[in-house]
Amino acid sequence: MSITKNVKWSKKDLLSIYDLTAEEINIILDTAEEFKKVSQRNVKKVPALRGKTVVNFFIEPSTRTRMSFELAEQRLSADIINISASTSSLKKGETLLDTVRNIEALQADLIVMRHSAPGAQSFIAKHVSAGILNAGDGAHSHPTQALLDIFTIREKKGSLKGLNVSIIGDIVHSRVARSNIWGLLKLGANVTVAGPSTLVPREFEKIGVRVCHNREAALEGADVVNLLRIQHERQRGGFFPSIGEYSRFFGLNADAAKYLNPDALIMHPGPINRGVELDSSLADGPQSVILEQVTNGLAVRMAVLFLVAGCLEK
Amino acid sequence: MTEKQLLKSDSDVKTAIAKVAATIVNDFKQGIIDNFVLVGIQVHGVSLAKRLIIEIEQQCGHQAPLGTLDITMYRDDIGIRRMLPIIRETEIPFDINDCNVILVDDVLSSGRTIRAALDALNDYGRPLKIKLAALVDRGNREYPITADYCGMELRVENDEKIIVELNGDEAEDSICKAAWSNRLIANDGTLI
Repeated sequence: MSITKNVKWSKKDLLSIYDLTAEEINIILDTAEEFKKVSQRNVKKVPALRGKTVVNFFIEPSTRTRMSFELAEQRLSADIINISASTSSLKKGETLLDTVRNIEALQADLIVMRHSAPGAQSFIAKHVSAGILNAGDGAHSHPTQALLDIFTIREKKGSLKGLNVSIIGDIVHSRVARSNIWGLLKLGANVTVAGPSTLVPREFEKIGVRVCHNREAALEGADVVNLLRIQHERQRGGFFPSIGEYSRFFGLNADAAKYLNPDALIMHPGPINRGVELDSSLADGPQSVILEQVTNGLAVRMAVLFLVAGCLEK
Repeated sequence: MTEKQLLKSDSDVKTAIAKVAATIVNDFKQGIIDNFVLVGIQVHGVSLAKRLIIEIEQQCGHQAPLGTLDITMYRDDIGIRRMLPIIRETEIPFDINDCNVILVDDVLSSGRTIRAALDALNDYGRPLKIKLAALVDRGNREYPITADYCGMELRVENDEKIIVELNGDEAEDSICKAAWSNRLIANDGTLI
């Protein structure tokens, strides 16, 4: 394990990868390495957050992220409350800030929050003393997903520096893509984004990634390919003619995978639409690290919760 | 950078390590701790444990396995201490069930680190016995914990810190004291 030198973690919130330095990302990844071992033990629990209260406040539906956060909190011995949109007083007309202030009045130490509005967590973090962890804000940011993707790549490849990482799919609507791009660039990877031009605008070149509208060009020489799901729920329609056509031109199948480097990793943040963006033979094949991403997500979330909890006001 | 004041020189430290090893070997020979392993508490307990293993082998030929334990996840002061919680490697490459574990740390003071280490070990299994070895006992105990194998007792002021530097063959070993208020920063950025 590489101990990060001379760097101090001092953030009470995790809002976006964009706000983190490369050193801070490495602190999280190093810390996560040790937390991963906790989950491999017989006793999968440590008392690091004993006596702390964590509220999982998910205004937008989530299964895997919420489950992962919840388990991470339990493995750190925190007390947990779950609030979802349907059970919150937002339905009764309460403002978001009032809801969060009520949560805080119950002495919640950390709030894990998902919201459909970009920047919702940053706004809340300015107004409350509880630590805020962004579990996804609209199409903007999903820092823990990017961190677990990067952790998985680092674990397999040793370092991110100089790796060719291609992200294929609905880039414009994807908070996973944005977060990955920021994190990967900070750690020195070469990033390519690819998909139909309606979903992958040229504007992305401005943040330092290669934009590609051709699957084979995106796959050629890639060390990692991260496939994103076509997000029906974020599309108001008309971005491409049909799912079948998308799959034919941008889905990853055995023929297209020949363009990848031989030891390339195949990643997917889930849930997979099998046969659309990724063929089953590859999703379940030897290059796939999709389920390891899920395992690593737990370790990364434990690390992030642990680090921000150490920076709360008394 | 605070002034360091030398308390014990190279030969004193080497004698103390040999003494700790000798008391362990004595218990081993009497059958009190047959089949024992050393678990060093990160970070300075690990270097002491490595030295003890060499010394014990020289004294009685027994090769004790080494484990390392990081107790950061078991501390009871999260949010109280303003310090970067660097988590170091916990690597226990053996089954601690039914064996005798000697916990190793450089300086024993409040006993809180050892309390956390006992909790941590507990999550790895159920050792037959747990013993504690420390190079320096500086008093100021806050928990009912004592060392089974101890190199020396040193008394310093409450606002002072004892710094054990074990360098083995590469450089001289030493024990120094320095003021807590201006804590020293090690080469790897950690406070010592």
